[in-house]
Amino acid sequence: MLAYIIRRILQSVLVMLVVALVSFALFRFVGDPINSMVGQEATIADREALREQLGLNDPFLTQFATFIGRAAQGDFGISYRLQQPVMELILSRLPATLELALVSGVLAFVFGVGFGVYTALKRNGWLSNTIMTVSLIGVSLPTFLIGVLLIWVFAVELQWLPSFGRGDTVQIGGWTTGFLTATGRASIILPAITLGLYQMTLIMRLVRAEMLEVLRTDYIKFARARGLSNRAVHFGHALKNTMVPVITITGLQLGSIIAFSIITETVFQWPGVGALFINSVRFVDVPVMAAYLMLIALVFVVINLIVDLLYYVVDPRLRVDRAASRH
Amino acid sequence: MTDALLSVRNLRVEFPTRRGILTAIDDVSFDIMPGEVLGVVGESGAGKSLTGAAIIGLLEPPGRIAAGEILLKGQRIDNLDAEAMRRIRGKRIGMVFQDPLTSLNPLYTVAQQLIETIRTHADISEAEARSRAVALLDRVGIPAAARRIDDYPHHFSGGMRQRVVIALALCAEPELVIADEPTTALDVSVQSQIIDLIKEICAERGAAVMLITHDMGVIAETADRVAVLYAGRLAEIGPVREVITAAEHPYTAGLMGSIPTLTQDNARLVQIPGAMPRLNAIPQGCAFNPRCDRAFDRCFKDRPDPLDRGNGRKVACWLFDEVGAAAKEKANV
Amino acid sequence: MNRFARMWDSDIAWSFRHSPVAIVATIVALIIILGAVFAPWIAPYDPFDSASLNLMDGFTPPGEPNQFTGNVYLMGTDNQGRDIFSTILYGARISLFVGFAAVALGMFLGIGLGLLAGWRGGWVDSLLMRIADVQLSFPSILIALLIFGIARGFIPPSMREEVAIWVLIVSIGLSDWVQFARVVRGATMVEKSKEYVQAARVIGVHPARIVVKHILPNVMGPVLVIATIGLALAIIAEATLSFLGVGVPPTQPSLGTLIRIGQQYLFSGEWWIILFPSIALLLLALSVNLLGDWLRDALNPRLR
Repeated sequence: MLAYIIRRILQSVLVMLVVALVSFALFRFVGDPINSMVGQEATIADREALREQLGLNDPFLTQFATFIGRAAQGDFGISYRLQQPVMELILSRLPATLELALVSGVLAFVFGVGFGVYTALKRNGWLSNTIMTVSLIGVSLPTFLIGVLLIWVFAVELQWLPSFGRGDTVQIGGWTTGFLTATGRASIILPAITLGLYQMTLIMRLVRAEMLEVLRTDYIKFARARGLSNRAVHFGHALKNTMVPVITITGLQLGSIIAFSIITETVFQWPGVGALFINSVRFVDVPVMAAYLMLIALVFVVINLIVDLLYYVVDPRLRVDRAASRH
Repeated sequence: MTDALLSVRNLRVEFPTRRGILTAIDDVSFDIMPGEVLGVVGESGAGKSLTGAAIIGLLEPPGRIAAGEILLKGQRIDNLDAEAMRRIRGKRIGMVFQDPLTSLNPLYTVAQQLIETIRTHADISEAEARSRAVALLDRVGIPAAARRIDDYPHHFSGGMRQRVVIALALCAEPELVIADEPTTALDVSVQSQIIDLIKEICAERGAAVMLITHDMGVIAETADRVAVLYAGRLAEIGPVREVITAAEHPYTAGLMGSIPTLTQDNARLVQIPGAMPRLNAIPQGCAFNPRCDRAFDRCFKDRPDPLDRGNGRKVACWLFDEVGAAAKEKANV
Repeated sequence: MNRFARMWDSDIAWSFRHSPVAIVATIVALIIILGAVFAPWIAPYDPFDSASLNLMDGFTPPGEPNQFTGNVYLMGTDNQGRDIFSTILYGARISLFVGFAAVALGMFLGIGLGLLAGWRGGWVDSLLMRIADVQLSFPSILIALLIFGIARGFIPPSMREEVAIWVLIVSIGLSDWVQFARVVRGATMVEKSKEYVQAARVIGVHPARIVVKHILPNVMGPVLVIATIGLALAIIAEATLSFLGVGVPPTQPSLGTLIRIGQQYLFSGEWWIILFPSIALLLLALSVNLLGDWLRDALNPRLR
């Protein structure tokens, strides 16, 4: 168990190093950092001095090491566009993105699993067929179109919910939350549905496919042959076995939700890191791009790690050392 | 035969496919008496497992019972609603599947699976169910049952797992156990142990056994009577001694010829030429006619019904029909 | 082999004839594709010819005569008086061009690298597959965005508009080679170990010939499925990037750009500016997706 965890952590560190290398290359070679930092009027001597001061003349590996050292401390430099420390920018916007991701992740998981199980069990019912057809449209519908559609219906026509922003927020320590105010809660509904819908259809289709697969297995047939109730067979046996692969993939979807929030945040002008990133791409704001890349990679790596450990807890077959100790 | 435990009457199982309906079991009838062991033999695809699935009500859609009846102690069970049939499964008819490696849910301990099954069919406490489960595991030959019961299936070897499966099939004390190729997936060394266990434990509890296998040797050692299926049809049925020593249907005779025996060690094993027809290409008349060396004109025209040969034997072959035999004599002259 | 191929062929044909979804999807996709290809001949107006535009025609609702000029437009006009129907035809042209080109690039790269990885094995294989793993764990839209951002960094600002569409194609193409590479690599490794390939190598047949004659035909089915679904994804990716304002420049609006423009007028009640391009995009993506889905099922009966 311990060896397994250590191996997984080492792999994660390796992935982070590769991403750091890409970030660094971005940082170092895309455009000329000096040009971005000083105006056109700076003299060549000034530029050279700044170069030396920033360590841009050092050997590649030294620069890379410095970059990693700073990144580990959360120092990604100053945004070219906003002239603020990148880390400060990201931290101030992170709560908005995480709250959005959390709400839509829960929505996607609950409805995805629910619909997936329903459509697998009632395979040819009209409701199942309707859900499946709608889900196919959901997969084909680009996220931004879903957002625009929801805005049109619920914000423009019905005027029930706000169409942009986070509403009022409350500051708790370093965290701003929208959960505690009425406008904050109303504001998160449309973006959360938009962001969660695509993931929900994915989870639903996955749950359905896995569940159908499990329902065909011998142990389900044997469970039926023993006269267990449908409830016990479907929810006690089939669902539990379905959840093993579903948890892995759903967990990984959580990272995707944070990545996809780029689109939703743009549609709803949600003040999160995704919107920050898209602006950095638009204006070639390299430090922000590099930091966002590192951040999202870290999120993915951590989620991967957690999912792996969860998988281990759910599936007893993987607990090899426990088995060994019993014999 | 009104005292039969299970009666299968003119059973027909069909699979609608996009190229027409396939008849996988066609007009099969047989009885199982209380406490008896009925062997069901045939090649793969002959309809043995489907017959078992039809009896216990677990045909996979789109397969369906298209005609015939199945009676358990005189009561029809083929047309019961899902809930009533569920109460019969496990409680009155138990089933053992072929592959013990895949028959057990890998995510639950043996105890969880046993206790769940026992408590589904009997209104008893968890502790009571557990002590019954331990006793049963002990009976099926799991060493240190009280400790091993909390292990997961993957902690057991194949043979041990099949013992667990047998315990699960028997834990609600069914009157009939359908064992579908219970040893095919096992090591040769444990096969006979498992067969003996099924036979002993069922005899102890007075449960009848429908033993589905393609192994004539297992039937010879275990069964009281044997039913031979060919291409979804009943070829021959009768007491196992008689069928083995004096097979009447040419197909059964061919099967017997393929068992090695100690007494005729120098004789070559007989092989039946050809292969069983696919379900969409069953010939007119007797399904066995293309492979039968004794077939005559009538075999290619009409399908033979099982003919009563006395002493509970039935054979579906024109060779044993008076008129047919006479016609054959004439043709040979 | 020939007989088998014919049977397989007829199965596909059978499956197509009996799938109303596939037939409808094909018809819809064909109508949009043909409309896009022949846009210059079909479109009633040239939305890019500023000389023919009349600002007075702006914001004409669909099917109603304009209050100043009396002109009637099937789907109305946008703020600059451009005919929406014509901009959709031209927009679909750009969306489809980017989509097809990106898939072609991804397919070309994926097949090439997949063959290389499968045939050579060893460290080449490990390296390529590790890259694929890492890339696959991130959503492709993120990869495309990133490549887009990096590429823009290298291109002088004065040229960014001009080459934007090519940058977009490369970004999307590079983000979806992995699926192709994995399938091709798997098939290559299977075929490579077969005796006839071993024999061909022994008698000195050039590897390229073995690959083209024996391995490629085996992977055409899965590659076709991936390419079809990939086309839908590429069209959506292009629309998304353009919607986010980092795709094609507004002077060459794709469907995504049109939707981006239309969103600004949603609140003031000019719903047609956004509605019709959205429907066009949805129909295009949905029909291609359905076709891909059908194709996958038809080639893999077990999955049904």
